[in-house]
Amino acid sequence: MDMKQYCIIGNGVAAAGCIEGIRSVESDAHITVISREAHPVYCRPLISYYLEGKTRLENIGYRGHDFYEKNNCTVLYGQEAARIDAASQKVRLKTGEEIAYDALCVASGSIPFVPPFQGLDSVPRKYSFMTLDDTLALEEALNKDARVLIVGAGLIGLKCAEGILHRVKDITVCDLAPRILSSILDDECASIMQRHLESRGIRFLLGDSVAQFEGSKAQMQSGETVDFDILVLAVGVRAETGLVKEAGGNVGRGILTDTKMHTSLDQVYAAGDCTESHDISCGQSRILAILPNAYMQGHCAGVNMAGGSEVFDQAIPMNSIGFFGLHIMTAGSYFTPEEGGELYEERGEGTIKRLFSKDGYLTGFILVGCTERAGIYTSLIRNKTPLSEIDYEMIKQNPSLLPFGKKYRVEKLGGVV
Amino acid sequence: MKRVFVNEKWCLGCHLCEYNCAFANSGETNMAKALKNVKIRPRIRVEEDGDAITFAVSCRHCSDPICIRSCISGALSRDETGTVCIDHDKCVGCRTCILVCPYGAISEDENGVIQKCELCVKNAAGSPACVAGCPNRAIIFEER
Ligand SMILES: Cc1cc2nc3c(=O)[nH]c(=O)nc-3n(C[C@H](O)[C@H](O)[C@H](O)COP(=O)(O)OP(=O)(O)OC[C@H]3O[C@@H](n4cnc5c(N)ncnc54)[C@H](O)[C@@H]3O)c2cc1C
Ligand code: SF4
Ligand code: SF4
Repeated sequence: MDMKQYCIIGNGVAAAGCIEGIRSVESDAHITVISREAHPVYCRPLISYYLEGKTRLENIGYRGHDFYEKNNCTVLYGQEAARIDAASQKVRLKTGEEIAYDALCVASGSIPFVPPFQGLDSVPRKYSFMTLDDTLALEEALNKDARVLIVGAGLIGLKCAEGILHRVKDITVCDLAPRILSSILDDECASIMQRHLESRGIRFLLGDSVAQFEGSKAQMQSGETVDFDILVLAVGVRAETGLVKEAGGNVGRGILTDTKMHTSLDQVYAAGDCTESHDISCGQSRILAILPNAYMQGHCAGVNMAGGSEVFDQAIPMNSIGFFGLHIMTAGSYFTPEEGGELYEERGEGTIKRLFSKDGYLTGFILVGCTERAGIYTSLIRNKTPLSEIDYEMIKQNPSLLPFGKKYRVEKLGGVV
Repeated sequence: MKRVFVNEKWCLGCHLCEYNCAFANSGETNMAKALKNVKIRPRIRVEEDGDAITFAVSCRHCSDPICIRSCISGALSRDETGTVCIDHDKCVGCRTCILVCPYGAISEDENGVIQKCELCVKNAAGSPACVAGCPNRAIIFEER
């Protein structure tokens, strides 16, 4: 029998998960990785830590130097997949070269979304903040006299701000939303984090956006003018769904898959930021662009591509976000009382704990400053543990294993898990 | 692989495992010097209900560790024995691993980065100090 050929489009964490998934089942087959970026897989979230000086370039690789060699992969650096022909099981590269596959994984991630701002072309120094190359380009522009405008107060924009603050003169962050980190924090927690960032010298213009750029000047919708030297665009990202869509596969905002990460196209799988996930904390399909998801989906896809069996059916949003020493953890969905949700809230000095439950299950939480053992709460959401099976009153106050009862502990602490 | 297993029936709640852990990981050779007047940060913790139940919790060295799958820096990995280890040089202290570990087995260390049980493979004890010092065999180190 001929050796099997696997192909992966993209070379991020989802691709790395896919490679490890394939290899957990099959050691012989050959794997071709098509990588638009000219770098071995690296930790995308670390680009801000690099600028901040908290890690070094040689440390941001996701896996060791011999990763591809050890896993018998050929990586086509700087190459781009242009087309998937699902009927003949081939990927065509931009160069025209064709790669035949027995199974394909699309792990193409997302790209920054740039709204059509008027006058954007006239801005001399503008950057996105997604890739290592973006980061190195931005780094070259940094200097102690530079005034920076960041458009977008989401995770990416604020991580960028944290990373470069000590290397520039000042930073202004604007966002159309009335609060920072609007997709994961509520008003109060967002304002705690905002004050914390302001105390470090970052200025915010919220509920405001750029009406027009004129060179290095932004005319805001509110009427204010912001002069800057460096512009960072971090408005949002869009899933890279094009290849699958053009090949006739089902896509929504992201590529649609089943719980084995199989798309609607025969022998085509998808994983990571380019896909939609079934968020079990709210029962809806949505894009969950987080690294743990990317790895787990990639691994699941890889196992199934190689003929093994794995399902990924525990997706939830979850984030551990820290800025200048203040850590907030969030997970799941927050239902209001009108939606049938119940809230448990505890406040201490500089800490807030909010646990959201609904229909007898924990659905989400926000933890400010009290993040110890938070994974115990996360596991209640991911495992859909009925709260009636544990001592919820006890676990609310103290995330621990006592409230699970003896049977659980004997199983988990006395056995292999 | 050999793992640490807990039998809560035998646990006396004496907290000796916490002290032995802190000492083994302190790098000191003198216990008094390592622990006296220090707020210890052991990687094994005794939970108690204030009445009859006490038991120790440390990393389970899971067969499918969600901490490794979730780490944003690639700092967590298994060594050749299967022990889940952390590369402190790679870790950036984001705490995603604390957010996902179902047993609460990862904690912050005294420098604000993270620590977890590594079965004493990296310190002078060489094999779990908590087990060696447990007076009632309530924690054991074996293959199961
Ligand atoms: C600044 C920043 C901070 C972040 N912080 C966190 C965090 O703290 N925690 C967290 O969980 N997540 C974080 N994330 C999100 C996390 O990085 C992503 O969820 C994760 O990297 C997604 O991995 P992926 O493999 O799906 O996609 P990507 O890493 O985007 O990889 C996809 C790759 O595919 C390539 N590609 C696309 N199309 C083609 C093609 N046609 N041919 C060839 N190659 C192609 C792309 O160039 C890209 O390199 C952060 C992201 C950013 C940008
Ligand atoms: S730290 Fe937690 S998730 Fe990781 S191996 Fe140990 S018990 Fe498992
Ligand atoms: S705190 Fe360190 S070990 Fe834990 S997830 Fe973050 S980088 Fe990885």
